[in-house]
Amino acid sequence: MSKGIIRHDFEPKIMGFVCKWCTYSGADLAGTSRMDYSPHVRMVRLPCSGRIDPQFVIKAFEQGADGVIISGCHPGDCHYNEGNYYARRRNLAFRNLMEFNGIDTKRLEFSWISAAEAIKFTQIIDKFTNQVRELGPNEGYRVLLDPYASRLVKSSEESAA
Amino acid sequence: MAKIGVFVCQCGNNISRTVDTADVAKDASEQSGVVFVEDYKFMCSAPGQEAFKKAIRDHDLDGCIVSACSPKMHEATFRNAAEAAGLNPFKVEIANIREQCSWVHNDKEIGTAKSKDLTHMMIQRVKYNRPLERYRMSMTKRALILGGGIAGIQAALDLANAGTPVTIVEKEPSLGGNMARLSETFPTLDCSQCILTPKMVEVQNHPLITIRAFAELEKLDGYIGNFKATIRQKAKSVIDKDCTGCGDCWEKCPFTVESEFDMNLIKRKVIYIPFPQAVPTVPVIDRANCPKFIKDKCGICADVCGPDCIDFTQEDEILEEEFGAVIVATGFELMPNVYKEYGGSSMPQHLIPKKMNKKQRAAQPRSTSGRLPDVINGLEFERLASASGPTGGEIRRPSDGKKPKTVVFIACVGSRDANKGVEYCSKICCMYTAKHTMLYNHSVHDGKAYVFYMDIRAGGKGYEEFINRAQDEGAEYIRGRVSALRKKGDKILVKGADTLQGCAVDIEADMVVLATAMVPQADAIDFAKTLGISYDKHGFYSEQHPKLMPVDSSTGGIYLAGACQGVKDVPETVAQASAAASKVMQLFSKEELMREPEVAIVDKDHCMNCWDCVTVCPYLAISPEEVKDRDGNVVKMVANVNPGLCQGCGLCNTVCRSKSIELQGYTDQQVYAQITAFEGAFV
Ligand SMILES: Cc1cc2nc3c(=O)[nH]c(=O)nc-3n(C[C@H](O)[C@H](O)[C@H](O)COP(=O)(O)OP(=O)(O)OC[C@H]3O[C@@H](n4cnc5c(N)ncnc54)[C@H](O)[C@@H]3O)c2cc1C
Ligand code: SF4
Ligand code: SF4
Repeated sequence: MSKGIIRHDFEPKIMGFVCKWCTYSGADLAGTSRMDYSPHVRMVRLPCSGRIDPQFVIKAFEQGADGVIISGCHPGDCHYNEGNYYARRRNLAFRNLMEFNGIDTKRLEFSWISAAEAIKFTQIIDKFTNQVRELGPNEGYRVLLDPYASRLVKSSEESAA
Repeated sequence: MAKIGVFVCQCGNNISRTVDTADVAKDASEQSGVVFVEDYKFMCSAPGQEAFKKAIRDHDLDGCIVSACSPKMHEATFRNAAEAAGLNPFKVEIANIREQCSWVHNDKEIGTAKSKDLTHMMIQRVKYNRPLERYRMSMTKRALILGGGIAGIQAALDLANAGTPVTIVEKEPSLGGNMARLSETFPTLDCSQCILTPKMVEVQNHPLITIRAFAELEKLDGYIGNFKATIRQKAKSVIDKDCTGCGDCWEKCPFTVESEFDMNLIKRKVIYIPFPQAVPTVPVIDRANCPKFIKDKCGICADVCGPDCIDFTQEDEILEEEFGAVIVATGFELMPNVYKEYGGSSMPQHLIPKKMNKKQRAAQPRSTSGRLPDVINGLEFERLASASGPTGGEIRRPSDGKKPKTVVFIACVGSRDANKGVEYCSKICCMYTAKHTMLYNHSVHDGKAYVFYMDIRAGGKGYEEFINRAQDEGAEYIRGRVSALRKKGDKILVKGADTLQGCAVDIEADMVVLATAMVPQADAIDFAKTLGISYDKHGFYSEQHPKLMPVDSSTGGIYLAGACQGVKDVPETVAQASAAASKVMQLFSKEELMREPEVAIVDKDHCMNCWDCVTVCPYLAISPEEVKDRDGNVVKMVANVNPGLCQGCGLCNTVCRSKSIELQGYTDQQVYAQITAFEGAFV
């Protein structure tokens, strides 16, 4: 079962924004089925893919993410009927913005993963991890600062004080 | 300064095998704001929870992270425990280090690093968790049932017998729906009226049930627990409370039109009850066809009515009533025979005008099924076979009243073929066609019944046996389709194919019965919009979950029963109606309505009334609200969320450009805090 995790020179940092009804549950199913997959992704659980603000993605890149995964329910399966359609449209618009800013759109993965698709979940994570590993570190964005987010949330060091 | 406790669970060795939980706990203790950590074998066990509660009390914790299994498993457990220990339950978060870490990564070094990271993210997040209170709302413990077919009747009786007041709104003058039209019912061949009418009478006599017959729902406002229904009571032209149902009026009324109840096979009076056992027994005047209303002539009914209850000036009444729950039971209709090859008219049944001059009426076929008068549909056959029907239960064909010696039944007309009708299987036609062959054989002993079918679908208790019985009793089943029906003298030439024998079959029939597809009511989609519930592409109402929530509609507090949700026979309809009633009882069993506080709230100072959130909300939970100054002048308009309607999707939060609306529990702050704590360290 163990596939023994190989250590590479560069290990990408990946952030995931997923809806709790489909993709998060799909990931749980991968867990209960003891499926092995790349350990690079850290997921944020949200009610709906429509709750994913493009600024979250920007903030993740700024925070040092080399890639971001967005995933929710399949079209027509949204727990809230239509939230994932907003996510889809936002994804298209956001990709244009990424391109405009010179960020490789391959660093953003958008997918539909249902609560039953544990295998698909692991395949997408593995594939995307390899893809980002090949792209290398995402240096460009780290210097940026999102003023809105930094107004809302102090950095860990600041809040320690 | 935050006082956070972190509880790392080993889950036996489910987590500790591949995650160094002691290391995760130690690392967490070094995070800012963390004042207590624990590394424990089974956090969810009773002693684990006690330790959790004790730590909250002893260290006066204001936030807790449980690094353990998926929040789906034990988020509720730990939130309840926190509440018991005096900490707001929404100050507890779960870091999922089992399903999404220890069970999927075998390398302990890597698993430990990821667990630390996930725990950090939650520690950061919980600092921004606000204490939230569940919403308590009062509710009106009365149920509204839309549709008085067997589904509505069953749901009403179940609820009323459990002590809940119920109002049934039925658009026709009587309860009963399509089941009242049936002669006998599969699979036992008991008489439909005999099992239905006692229930109708029980409804009528029940002190907790109000029947609003000849009424329609115009509007539904509000939300679960607190609906406001606007009901139009159509003018019956008869004063309900005085009417004794003696029948003098309809006996003496000199004018007749086709009876909808009897599928236009016979006439009824212009002042009428649809059938003799109607409930309520109060007649209504069909104003479109009554000469009193057309040219102010007649008025005999008013003359003969003993208690003087005919009122030609009566007007529609608009009633506003409050309910806590709604059950939709609006049923189905049959697809009209729109097939030229089957002698159909292209005009759907419900579009054929009621009011016609003599010439138009003469041009209409007696049977609304189509231009060939002896091609009828299943419900028309039911009426012909019914002891209380137009022929007194003798099967005689509509054109000339002769007993048909050869009858061809055609199954799947319009069903299972998206190009010619609907793609789904109407499910009940195999069964009622078998029933019809039996009823026919019992009535015309020397008659011959043929059935053209595609497949026989008889998956139900006693159903397959029922089909076998029909064949034993003489029905001849031919597998294949019919390509055309032609008039031949006073007979109908049925041109079919037998695909098992591989040959063409021509049968000269006296009558043909089409098992046309069961479809939603013609106005089903408009009605769904009035209710604010979702529907599928055919117009059947969608259940919340196809397996696990079969009677919940997409809107809280609105439940579905019967054929309006999908094709069903009577046993299934009744089962679903009882299920819907039990859902309402469940809702009403509580004192007050509790709603999770994970709903949107508006910052009224910053809202700039762009109404983007109003547009995007799938539940119409947001509406504009006036903000007034001390003198009562409206100073501005802002968005306002109805927590009863909000389902917590957060779409509004994402679209609001002035960041004035937030989804509690998933605020921007909480999400950014999580992102900020992200390190992504591999080892
Ligand atoms: C030819 C035929 C034979 C059948 N034989 C059998 C059989 O032998 N055994 C069996 O188990 N099943 C049989 N069935 C199936 C059975 O008729 C249905 O399962 C059953 O009638 C469904 O009940 P319902 O209450 O859901 O719908 P319906 O009976 O259609 O009742 C719906 C009611 O709602 C009312 N309504 C509609 N819209 C509104 C509105 N907007 N506002 C207010 N009221 C409204 C209607 O007027 C009607 O009274 C047969 C069906 C057909 C067509
Ligand atoms: S989107 Fe924001 S600003 Fe616009 S109306 Fe809604 S809460 Fe107000
Ligand atoms: S969270 Fe969703 S359901 Fe609630 S008000 Fe906002 S958009 Fe509507």
